[in-house]
Amino acid sequence: MNKILLIFRKDFLVEWRSKQIFPTMFVFSLLLLLVFNVAFEFRSDVNFRTVSAVIWITFIFSGLLALGRSFSLEKENNAFAFLLLTPVSRSYIYLGKLLSNVVMVLLSELFILPLFLLFFLFDAKGISLSLTGAVLPFLGVVVLGTIGFVSLGTFFSSMALNTKLRDMMLPLLVFPLIIPVVITSVGICSSILEGRPFGYYAFSLQVLVSFDIIFVLLCSLLFEYLIEDSGD
Amino acid sequence: MRIAGTDPFSFKKMRRILFFLTFALMVLSTWMTLFYAPTEIVMGHVQRIFYFHMGTVWAATVAFTVVFVASIYYLRKETAKWDTLAYCSAEIGMLLLTLTIITGSIWAKPVWGTWWTWDPQLTTTFILWVLYAVYLVLRSGAGGRGKKARYSAIFAIIAYVDLPVVYVSARIKRGISPVVFGPGGGGIDPAMMHTLLVTLLGFTLLFVLLLGERTRIMNMENTLYARGGRGG
Repeated sequence: MNKILLIFRKDFLVEWRSKQIFPTMFVFSLLLLLVFNVAFEFRSDVNFRTVSAVIWITFIFSGLLALGRSFSLEKENNAFAFLLLTPVSRSYIYLGKLLSNVVMVLLSELFILPLFLLFFLFDAKGISLSLTGAVLPFLGVVVLGTIGFVSLGTFFSSMALNTKLRDMMLPLLVFPLIIPVVITSVGICSSILEGRPFGYYAFSLQVLVSFDIIFVLLCSLLFEYLIEDSGD
Repeated sequence: MRIAGTDPFSFKKMRRILFFLTFALMVLSTWMTLFYAPTEIVMGHVQRIFYFHMGTVWAATVAFTVVFVASIYYLRKETAKWDTLAYCSAEIGMLLLTLTIITGSIWAKPVWGTWWTWDPQLTTTFILWVLYAVYLVLRSGAGGRGKKARYSAIFAIIAYVDLPVVYVSARIKRGISPVVFGPGGGGIDPAMMHTLLVTLLGFTLLFVLLLGERTRIMNMENTLYARGGRGG
């Protein structure tokens, strides 16, 4: 556990000092917001399903952008090779990277969410915004969904960077695999915004949680095979 | 020229037997589909395409399972033959799945009144198709041979694990799955069952035959590649 936290701390320090990923993600999310708003012309009669979809598309697009960057930083000065030299199991390296990526993506999502509220939902009809009924469950789903797509995103960004197609490859690998995250997260978020009871989306939540568990475990198991002799 | 890893005599004999057996079964299956099986009361003659549809989707499932198992073996043993098997199987699976989608569309147009709907089964099939398309793209764009084999094996394993989750989550989306004719649908005419079983067996053998031939060609290519490489 300590080892995971050390890698997390390292990544966080790098980002803290260079300030590369975070501002880019934030501005990119803002631009996506703008594009969606112009395209959909949201008014007070917004459809909660559409808004949830917009939120998740923004999160996933900007998240994948950041993930692509986080591994290419490691490639500079061959830093990743040194990371591999540390006497740590490869699964821990993956989990450390996963943790730092999840926290980074979550932070930028937290900054974006109030703006969403302001732009799309502030004067929406029939919205419930009680703290325990809507806000906390909503944030919970954001965390679970983020873990879901970042787990596969972190894993495949280290693969994509080593292919000939590089960054082109990342969305191709990740998008078809994270379809369950998209379906469940968007579904749950729109149910919460509509003020539906917990039982209405409990099954989706189960699927989302199982997705997270399955793929965090599977990716940390397979990471060892992914990075051996990354030279060829 | 002797192909590495095969005994020429018995192999040749086996191939011939398999070929004639497959041929006979496919002819029998076509005859049964067209003449032996009774006409379905509601759907009429168009239902007959269903046997072919079931045959291709069954063989495609077998093909992708072979990809999954061969990929696990490749990661464990790192021998090229497992990689070749996985690749050839994925290629044939792709072909069979494309046929499944086409025959399904032809069947769906008169029966459902549309070429395509986003019903859970169709959504999952679509994602299955995309996943293995990405698998083939990954192979062409990965780079070196060892890397290509390892990366595609990892992707194949994750994709195979992902599919059930995709199916479960697609069922959440819209719970109105049209009732498809099937053994579960309250009894099936024995003649239809016979036709279905013969067709399934025929397509299984066809898949084995194709897989054998494709791996043989692939092995020849690899041998030639190795020789060409040595000659300069």
